[in-house]
Amino acid sequence: MGSYIVKRLLVLIPVLFGMTLIVFSIIHAIPGDPADTILGEKATEQSKQALREQLGLDRPWLEQYTAYLGDLITGDLGRSIRTRAPITEEIGPYLAATIELTFASMLFAIIIGVNAGIVSAWKHRSWFDYVCMLIALVGVSMPIFWLGLMEQWIFANKLHWLPSIGRMNQRDPLESITGFYVIDAMLSGQWSQLWTVLKHLILPSIALGTIPMAVIARMTRSSMLEVMQSDYIRTAKAKGISQFLVIYRHGLKNAFIPVLTVIGIQTGSLLGGAVLTETIFAWPGVGRYIYEAISNRDYPVIQSGILIIALIFVLINLLVDLLYAWFDPRIQYK
Amino acid sequence: MRKYGIFVVVFMLSFALIVAGCSGGGGSTSSEPAASGEGGETASAGGTLIVGRGGDSAALDPAIVTDGESIKIAQQVFDPLLAYKSGTTEVEPALAESWQISEDGLTYTFKLRQGVKFHDGTDFNAEAVVFNFERWNDPKSKYKFEGDSFDYYDSMFGPENARIIASVKAVDASTVEFKLNHPQAPFLQNLAMPPFSIASPTAIEKEGAEFKSNPVGTGPFVFKEWKRSDSITLEKNPNYWQQGLPKMDQVIIRSIPDNTARFNALQNGEIDLMEDLSPDDLATLEGNSELQKFNRPPFNVAYIGFNLTKKPFDNPKVRVALNHAVDKKSIIDAFYAGQAEAAINPIPPTLWGYNSNVKDYDYDLTKAKQLLAEAGFPNGIDQELTFYAMPVSRPYMPDGKKVAEVIQASFAQIGVKVNIQSPEWATYLDDLSKGEKDDLYMIGWTGDNGDPDNFFYPLLDKDSIGGNNYSQYASEPFHKLLVEAQRETDQDARAKLYEQAQVIVKEDAPWIPLVHSTPLLAASVKVKGYTPSPTGSEPYADVYMEQ
Repeated sequence: MGSYIVKRLLVLIPVLFGMTLIVFSIIHAIPGDPADTILGEKATEQSKQALREQLGLDRPWLEQYTAYLGDLITGDLGRSIRTRAPITEEIGPYLAATIELTFASMLFAIIIGVNAGIVSAWKHRSWFDYVCMLIALVGVSMPIFWLGLMEQWIFANKLHWLPSIGRMNQRDPLESITGFYVIDAMLSGQWSQLWTVLKHLILPSIALGTIPMAVIARMTRSSMLEVMQSDYIRTAKAKGISQFLVIYRHGLKNAFIPVLTVIGIQTGSLLGGAVLTETIFAWPGVGRYIYEAISNRDYPVIQSGILIIALIFVLINLLVDLLYAWFDPRIQYK
Repeated sequence: MRKYGIFVVVFMLSFALIVAGCSGGGGSTSSEPAASGEGGETASAGGTLIVGRGGDSAALDPAIVTDGESIKIAQQVFDPLLAYKSGTTEVEPALAESWQISEDGLTYTFKLRQGVKFHDGTDFNAEAVVFNFERWNDPKSKYKFEGDSFDYYDSMFGPENARIIASVKAVDASTVEFKLNHPQAPFLQNLAMPPFSIASPTAIEKEGAEFKSNPVGTGPFVFKEWKRSDSITLEKNPNYWQQGLPKMDQVIIRSIPDNTARFNALQNGEIDLMEDLSPDDLATLEGNSELQKFNRPPFNVAYIGFNLTKKPFDNPKVRVALNHAVDKKSIIDAFYAGQAEAAINPIPPTLWGYNSNVKDYDYDLTKAKQLLAEAGFPNGIDQELTFYAMPVSRPYMPDGKKVAEVIQASFAQIGVKVNIQSPEWATYLDDLSKGEKDDLYMIGWTGDNGDPDNFFYPLLDKDSIGGNNYSQYASEPFHKLLVEAQRETDQDARAKLYEQAQVIVKEDAPWIPLVHSTPLLAASVKVKGYTPSPTGSEPYADVYMEQ
């Protein structure tokens, strides 16, 4: 197991290296000059040229790339062109915000999705099954921005149950310790603030979690249907074990491997794909950080941001691979 | 076996929690009606004003930024020597109480306000002014930190090799003398721009490159915290030099990129004032008695320019004919939801020097046809003309292609065929500068310093051909008036010159001036004392919330 993990981590190096090369090539292929976007349309050619020199944009492509790699190896992610601040310092709070939102969304998606899938399989071809799968189909096809705006309109504007934007009530701010507001509120023991933070999480995590929830529900259902046909389940039933235990204890564990794969992939994509949700809910996460960087042609931020997302994506998938063994002891890593 | 157990229990528990959470959420939150209710209780007398805007600031040192969102914060934390009078672009005293201009227009002497302190407790004085100007002026200044560039200084007061300001000297503690290399008519207008706000020298020395995240000025609000892409918190400056100001205890400026989401937040009471209301939401706003609308006075112009180097636009009659063929009112109603004024002159009416006697060419297709016939095109124009329509949205032009289509349809009625093209923005600007592909084009301009010269000179003077004068309009009488106005230091005399210049431009018709847009803002009805400035941002010192 140990050597397997080391091997997998070593494979990361060429993956990330390839990643930097691809991202670097793509963003330098986009038309548009950062000097234009930074200095505005009215800037003089002279000041644009000075900026290009200062940023090294006038140097050959390969030279820029090697300089970037050199910095990267020493742990320097570069400096944002727009804010002129080091990215290593800047990205922390954004990452915390995104991780918190992703975690809440996946919690919502897994709990609802897995249970809906199980019950659908259990009550196969019942009205519950049909309704669940209809909801799952709508969920997969729903545009996030529309869902988000509708949630705001109903739950914030009309019913006034929940806040529509942000991570916290700005009139009663929270002292940030770790950057994860749920943890911060617990650490400082302010339970009313914890409740406010959780309320802020509900709408965006439902908006973001709906698609993964639908995918997980469908995957769980089909996987469960297959498992429930197998002999050992029939044996379990014959032994007189209650229906509930047969499903949740015997069935789910075997049906969970493909679901776990889907969960891993969805979690990874939420981390990078939260741009829309983060925009609508004014959530200061890494998706928005990169999005704003793209519109400003802030090359270092785009590069480093995507690299970090890629790293997390790969790590999550490694974790999922390791979890397989926990669910199915027949799987062994060498 | 224990593994199973934990697994099942976690699932069941979490499911129960979610169900309980959902049903509980509704019941308990309804007792605390939205976020605003909570705020009302925690805030003290002055209270907190929460402003929602579209994007975050790039940096908080006003000297190194060019984006409007950064300037917005600068207006709260800093003061320049001069300022724009509320809601206008007229200059009034700020940190400088009074000033004298020498006969030759080369020496400006400012008497500074005494007893003013920076937020760090240090004194504002002549030395501080000199420190700031030297920082911007000297390319080797040790206070020009890594990554810094003083772009506004370079563009308003000349680049490194052609500086307008020769020297800045502290005559005594409260007197500063500026010597110029040559006269600059809009010098005072320029000094009132927020990028030339005076920062605390002590703080710059202490913070170094971090100053752009920890700004210290003399302004109505003291910087407290910046959560990137989220919010900037400012607190009342209790020692502000303007008596009784600011009225709020705290101002929080939040970034909420999506227009609809921002409006949702306003309706839910999570913010009190929002920028850039989408015209589509105007009807909802007007139907809500809890909200009010503000219009930012126009400070821009959108126009259709003719490429004067191309036939038939070398003929002024053709240009005037096409001026008669654009229905500005319909365009304003359809694309600006009425939130714009039809443009007659190149400058907006909020700017001094605006000539209100100039009459517009009215929308009249018969007259247009007649003028075309007089110009030698009785059956319209045979060749298909290339019309460049803006591919991006700007406050002055929300949807370039659609507006171009409306104009295309009107032109077709008088026998003028245009082919709309809309290449990517960088290419678009490049093509306009070269002036080879386009016969007519669409573009606009937003003012910088509230001086008419800032519109006329870059857009229409013959010296600006190759720059922003995409029409390549070259009129000697017009040029003479502009140059004279640049040398003149008396504002009334300058205004007269610009009024004459507008008459010439109207006759020559190098453009079809389209609109001056008036961006919409929305606020809770509790917000009082707010006057939007044409320049795009304003201090919130006078704003207060009615309880």
